[in-house]
Amino acid sequence: MDSSINSHQLPNHTAEHTHDEEANSMFGFVVFLLSESIIFLSFFAGYIVYKTMTPLTEWLPTGVAGLEVKEPAINTVVLVSSSFVIYFAERCLHKNNLMGFRAFLLTTMAMGSYFLYGQAVEWSNLAFGFTSGVYGGMFYLLTGFHGLHVFTGILLQLIMLLRSFIPGNYDTGHFGINATSLFWHFVDVIWIVLFVLIYVWQ
Amino acid sequence: MTIQVSSTDAADLHHHAHPPTTWKTYFTFSHDHKVIGIQYLVTSFVFFLVGGILAMIIRAELITPPADLGDRTFYNGMFTMHGTIMLFLWTFPSLVGIANYLVPLMIGARDMAFPRLNAAAFWMVPVVGILLMASFFLPEGPSQAGWWAYPPVSVQNPTGSLINGQLLWLLAVAISGVSSIMGAVNFVTTIFKMRAPGMTLFRMPIFVWAVLSAQIIQLFGLPALTAGAVMLLFDLTVGTSFFDPAKGGNPVMFQHFFWFYSHPAVYVIILPIFGVFSEIFPVYSRKPLFGYKVVAISSLVIAGVSGLVWVHHMYASGTPGWMRMLFMVSTMCVSVPTGIKVFAWVATVWGGKIRLNTPMLFALGGLIMFVFAGITGIMLSSVPVDIHVNNTYFVVGHFHYVLYGTVTMGMFAALYHWFPKMTGKMYNEGLGKLHFWLTFIGTNLNFFPMHPLGLHGMLRRAASYADDLVFWNVIASLGGFLLGMATLPFIFNMISSWMYGTKAPDNPWRAIGLEWMVSSPPPVENFDRIPVIISEPYGYGKSTPLTADTPPVNPVSHS
Repeated sequence: MDSSINSHQLPNHTAEHTHDEEANSMFGFVVFLLSESIIFLSFFAGYIVYKTMTPLTEWLPTGVAGLEVKEPAINTVVLVSSSFVIYFAERCLHKNNLMGFRAFLLTTMAMGSYFLYGQAVEWSNLAFGFTSGVYGGMFYLLTGFHGLHVFTGILLQLIMLLRSFIPGNYDTGHFGINATSLFWHFVDVIWIVLFVLIYVWQ
Repeated sequence: MTIQVSSTDAADLHHHAHPPTTWKTYFTFSHDHKVIGIQYLVTSFVFFLVGGILAMIIRAELITPPADLGDRTFYNGMFTMHGTIMLFLWTFPSLVGIANYLVPLMIGARDMAFPRLNAAAFWMVPVVGILLMASFFLPEGPSQAGWWAYPPVSVQNPTGSLINGQLLWLLAVAISGVSSIMGAVNFVTTIFKMRAPGMTLFRMPIFVWAVLSAQIIQLFGLPALTAGAVMLLFDLTVGTSFFDPAKGGNPVMFQHFFWFYSHPAVYVIILPIFGVFSEIFPVYSRKPLFGYKVVAISSLVIAGVSGLVWVHHMYASGTPGWMRMLFMVSTMCVSVPTGIKVFAWVATVWGGKIRLNTPMLFALGGLIMFVFAGITGIMLSSVPVDIHVNNTYFVVGHFHYVLYGTVTMGMFAALYHWFPKMTGKMYNEGLGKLHFWLTFIGTNLNFFPMHPLGLHGMLRRAASYADDLVFWNVIASLGGFLLGMATLPFIFNMISSWMYGTKAPDNPWRAIGLEWMVSSPPPVENFDRIPVIISEPYGYGKSTPLTADTPPVNPVSHS
């Protein structure tokens, strides 16, 4: 037992530090995402409680029959498939295929941007606003907060893309792209729940 | 001490650097967890003084029955800011400070996992303070909705101005939340990933267990408050109606968001103090901590149960009877793991060779106050009692026994206990004991009368009261002023001892623990060589050493 412990002893602690840092960062990032998901869960819980406690006749703002599902459904398909695309980007990078990495990452960014564009179009066509009762407030709060996350994800992807043009940048570690990819999957999973709650359960 | 690290290593030169020698270091963006820890401690103590002055203004108002010191808005601002500052700028950051200082040392790490994130989290605290202080200078004064910011009071904006006290309050709380989440990510990662070889989870000091449990609560509770605060912010500024019943909203929803975090937050504050007690009692009793594993796990159990009890703050908010029953039972369950801890401490001290130094006095005093607070806590968890004393001074008395009697006194215990380690100097024992007795007497004089006052129906947050309540109010006010004076010997002691005190040995209490194996104050990066842990902590009176390459700190022959 003693010998196994001694093998941990550190002849050179800086080497150990760089090794640890990547693992630590990923661990910390997962912890952060867990915490982040609680904010979404809180909003979801709020939405569910408001919806179930309000009489159906008072739930939707006056003059609003419900939400159009078709375009958001297409949007959902685009966003969820982009999760697979960024996975391929990640795999390309692990195999040192920089060109493939850039191509897949650009595709992910384009799909994410298409999603944001689709949502902007939807927002501009809606008959109710942020201050139209609890329903309007919850709708724009949830979709807006999620949209902010999509935007953040695209920004992260842009940074990862730019970093790929610095020679040798990805030789030392892949934490950046692994975290970006995980964040993107997280944003997608949140959207699926959000889509079911707001669009499917009307 | 032998050094095995190769001398060509660039970082090698770095980690023999000396600890900060001038006060100017503490005004820089330092990455050293020890500097950040002291930055947290000093900053939060400054706000403790501000919050204390506000408390004395409140007690000055309450020394006579009529509301004669200022107008109602003034008084509302005083108690709102007193509560907000004491919670968000004293208890939370001071405990983060002590944890920041100790956790890496206690687990044999050179620093926190993310040193820069750590510094960034600290520098948000002064920003929170400035925002809150700035609200005193607004024409309509600071927020007046109480520290819990319940709507509809908190969404009223009579003057209609965009910048108002409530807005600054919400921004400050939001920033303090971001800072706390950053800290929590850092602590959880550090404790899980940075422990020295051989330090299994069940070889961690109880303080580290307590910090871990507390920070897990932060991670999973704080986002709920953030969600509620964001919705409140929109209600206040852009006219949404989440909490406005006139437009279909529900004010009780905010209470759920708020208490889902703010009840567990009580344990965020008190768990590290339980950790401090668990560190101090064995050292000053020369005995191993009784029931180490049970005490360790009870912290996690408290953290878990804490998420299931929040509705006990809302018995009087129209909560249906079956739900009140459920939450009454879950609330009472908290007393089981807490009681286990209390019994473990009593069993630790029992029959030990007790040294009544200042840290031990404060820890024992804090324990006595906590037992009292626990008893009134169980009373309040019971629905019929709570309905009777809801919103009265009985509640105020209860949580001040927790927050001053236990948390603040425990904090003083920690500050005295680790003062020699942090500064390399000894504090003045006579002044320390004077501070303790003034505090102990002042706390009881100040907060005990609140219980009879509450039972007689004096409402909290009231600026005036009936004439027959004068007696207990005068005693409480005198106790409050005594508490204010009690802080003076502490300030004098800390400053003069740090500047001119006698030099402290590395381990003045003959304690077991990694933090006592390094020099006082510890060097930058803490350890020349990462220690290898081979036994459980708290081996007082046992012959097993703590680490592979050191002799037992306290061989049997000593005791």
